[in-house]
Amino acid sequence: MSEPLIEVENLRVSFRTPHGPIEAVRGVSFTLGRERLGIVGESGSGKSQTGRAILGLTARNGSIDADRMTFDGIDLLKASPRTLRKIRGARISMIMQDPRFSLNPVVKVGEQIAEAYAIHAHASKRVARRRALEMLETVQIREPEKVFHLYPHQVSGGMGQRVMIAMMLIPEPDVLIADEPTSALDVTVQMQVLALLDDMVRDRGMGLVLISHDLHLVASFCDRVIVMYGGRIMEVLEAGRLHEAQHPYTRGLLNCLPSLDHRQEMLPVLDRDPAWLTEARR
Amino acid sequence: MIEIENLSITFGEGASTVHAVRNVSFSVAEGESYGLVGESGSGKSTILRAIARINPQWSGTIRVNGRYLTSKRTKAEARAMQMVFQDPYGALHPRHTVDAILREPLEIHGLNNRDARILAALKDVGLGPEFRFRYPHQISGGQRQRIAVARALILEPEILLLDEPTSALDVSVQAEILNLLKRLQQDRGLTYLMVSHNLAVVAHLCGRVAVMNRGRMVEEVTEDTLRAHTPSEPYTAQLMSATEGYDREAVRSYRTFD
Amino acid sequence: MTMATQPRAAGLRGWLMDPSPASTWQARAQRGYLGWVGFRSNPIAMAGFVIVAALLLAAAFAPWITATDGLTPNLGARLLPPSAEHWLGTDQLGRDIFDRIVWGSRITLYIVILVSIIVAPIGLAVGTIAGYAGGWVDAVLMRIVDIFLAFPRLILALAFVAALGAGIENAVLAIALTTWSPYARIARAEVLTIRKSDFIVAAEAQGASTFRIIRRHVVPLCLASVIVRLTLDMAGIILTAAGLGFLGLGAQPPLPEWGAMISTGRQFLLDQWWVPTAPGAAIFLVSLGFCLLGDGLRDVLDPKSASA
Repeated sequence: MSEPLIEVENLRVSFRTPHGPIEAVRGVSFTLGRERLGIVGESGSGKSQTGRAILGLTARNGSIDADRMTFDGIDLLKASPRTLRKIRGARISMIMQDPRFSLNPVVKVGEQIAEAYAIHAHASKRVARRRALEMLETVQIREPEKVFHLYPHQVSGGMGQRVMIAMMLIPEPDVLIADEPTSALDVTVQMQVLALLDDMVRDRGMGLVLISHDLHLVASFCDRVIVMYGGRIMEVLEAGRLHEAQHPYTRGLLNCLPSLDHRQEMLPVLDRDPAWLTEARR
Repeated sequence: MIEIENLSITFGEGASTVHAVRNVSFSVAEGESYGLVGESGSGKSTILRAIARINPQWSGTIRVNGRYLTSKRTKAEARAMQMVFQDPYGALHPRHTVDAILREPLEIHGLNNRDARILAALKDVGLGPEFRFRYPHQISGGQRQRIAVARALILEPEILLLDEPTSALDVSVQAEILNLLKRLQQDRGLTYLMVSHNLAVVAHLCGRVAVMNRGRMVEEVTEDTLRAHTPSEPYTAQLMSATEGYDREAVRSYRTFD
Repeated sequence: MTMATQPRAAGLRGWLMDPSPASTWQARAQRGYLGWVGFRSNPIAMAGFVIVAALLLAAAFAPWITATDGLTPNLGARLLPPSAEHWLGTDQLGRDIFDRIVWGSRITLYIVILVSIIVAPIGLAVGTIAGYAGGWVDAVLMRIVDIFLAFPRLILALAFVAALGAGIENAVLAIALTTWSPYARIARAEVLTIRKSDFIVAAEAQGASTFRIIRRHVVPLCLASVIVRLTLDMAGIILTAAGLGFLGLGAQPPLPEWGAMISTGRQFLLDQWWVPTAPGAAIFLVSLGFCLLGDGLRDVLDPKSASA
């Protein structure tokens, strides 16, 4: 693996609530190179908060704390808001699960994509427009000319998600953090979008963090997989060796999925061991 | 138990007409589990909603228990057929306690012994009496889905319509709900009609599956065919391949089916 | 979740925080308590609550708070300035102004409560039926609402009182007639957002009648926004009632209605300023109290709009 793009050491994210503080992420460390890294976990595992913390997108009642969090040698914890703004969007992009909140409702989707490119590449309006159309085509939109002139409320959920992906990829970021980027999409479209992300990693050396609840999907797509539970990392695996996972949580998650290949009368259910939240990482 | 012949459903009129379901026929035997799979826009949920009379307009015939359904729902039909929804957050009234949610169908149908029935229904879905007076926001997603199942079963229906009952849940919770549905079916001889986009989930619960695409039924396959990966239609094969996980070469060969 | 890990507290608080309530009643009490805890942490809302509570207490305990009945003239003590004996002075007939304001709180409350119990049910019924039924029912009902919305409130009330005669009851009817329509609007908007919800569909699938769905499922969800709006409207209702009283079309002398008190006291504004100022301040304070209370209630009952 090449020089790490992102290094995170002992990341903690906690939220103040009326019922007392909640620790969403509790001591997470990992590095990201020019690779496909998956973060898998159930709801409440802290996987999304980990992704958001890197970009400084933690909600206002939350606080981030880490021994070290760098991107390309820049200390993200100490960087000025100006530096962070420059990194965000241009060098690290994020795709969220629900595109509706990420698109400006009163600007045509094509223009939003073109603008993202124009700002990044200092390109003319005409060039940016051409690039935006190309990008729409790349994300498998059949009639890019037509979609270019639609407003966000006029596109379906699946198409909105692809528009969002086009917008995030057009500045050609070094790192893409994708939080359940495809769960709203049909399986075949999902695979096509993943193939697109795959190309970006292979051809341009982008680093990709894919956050998902789908263990099989992540294992078949990524190079390495981080398994999270209760804000902690349970296990880090080579994706190809997922089925040799040791941790009882990972094994439990794998076992409780119904399989097409063999019939099971009852599915094994997951017994959660409170010790997983405290014991040292294997 | 359920017989559907030449079912077609359209929305809108004139140039903007959408043919959501075209000429679909299938039948489900008593005590059987039948699955409808497909991608969004395949019409699978529309069929379920027509049977539940949430969309009251269709052409063709729907027969349940030998009786032809009309667009008006009767109370007797409500007792015979109940539905479980995808989103456990939206399916329960936010200001009703679990007790009120389970009591309502008993009141509508004038059944007595309500307290005993409510406690029994909770027990059937694996929840203790301590859940009885909680509000939906005080319980987890999986527990809510159990309450939704309990609400559907408290009238002792013969047929359960399941609309993606586990797709909003974590996989470990999904396993618990699938086990629950399987056990209830074995104990009570229920007939299930289940809609899902997940082939593995459908194959786990259903013996026969209709594969839908763009309002048409592509083919009807058995669980064994699915497990042996030997569907006859290329659309089904492509769907299965996509379900198996990411495969760069396979994605390149994807086609669009109409 | 965090509650379950705490050791169970004993007594009333423990009962109110028990994660497994044992009855519907306990569950409701718990929800009310949590709402109260949230409300209590908002000082401005608490200020409103204190003012409205003071109004209620004044009305309830008027015979014990006051020395006179506020009606009998005492011509030997006309237009006295505020003093230890007459806290807010006396008016042109020698009646103690403080006592009159306290007795007047009963009239204010009477008007406010009457208007509420007319306006809220009518608005809710029209709005929920229109929203749930849709189609031509919706169209007809909402056009009627539009007609009532188009009338300027005070003018319609004036015309109404002029036709039926002056008096508190007619003033209440006039105010109610001009106030109910926005409630129908609010209720209908709420219904439109929830009528496609799965829990409504589930109730339909269980064979629930339309009436039952509206009563059990739709109304409870509209109630919060209607109550909030009603509380915020209280100020307007009180001002309209005072306006009618001021114009001599509401409560009639010698009743100590605050608007009428300003009206008769205004000729003394320059020399005996306290005569019209004291009831004016009472109207101001109570209107403000309801506004603050309404804002606080919105935060508790209707988290959607509070976060926006």
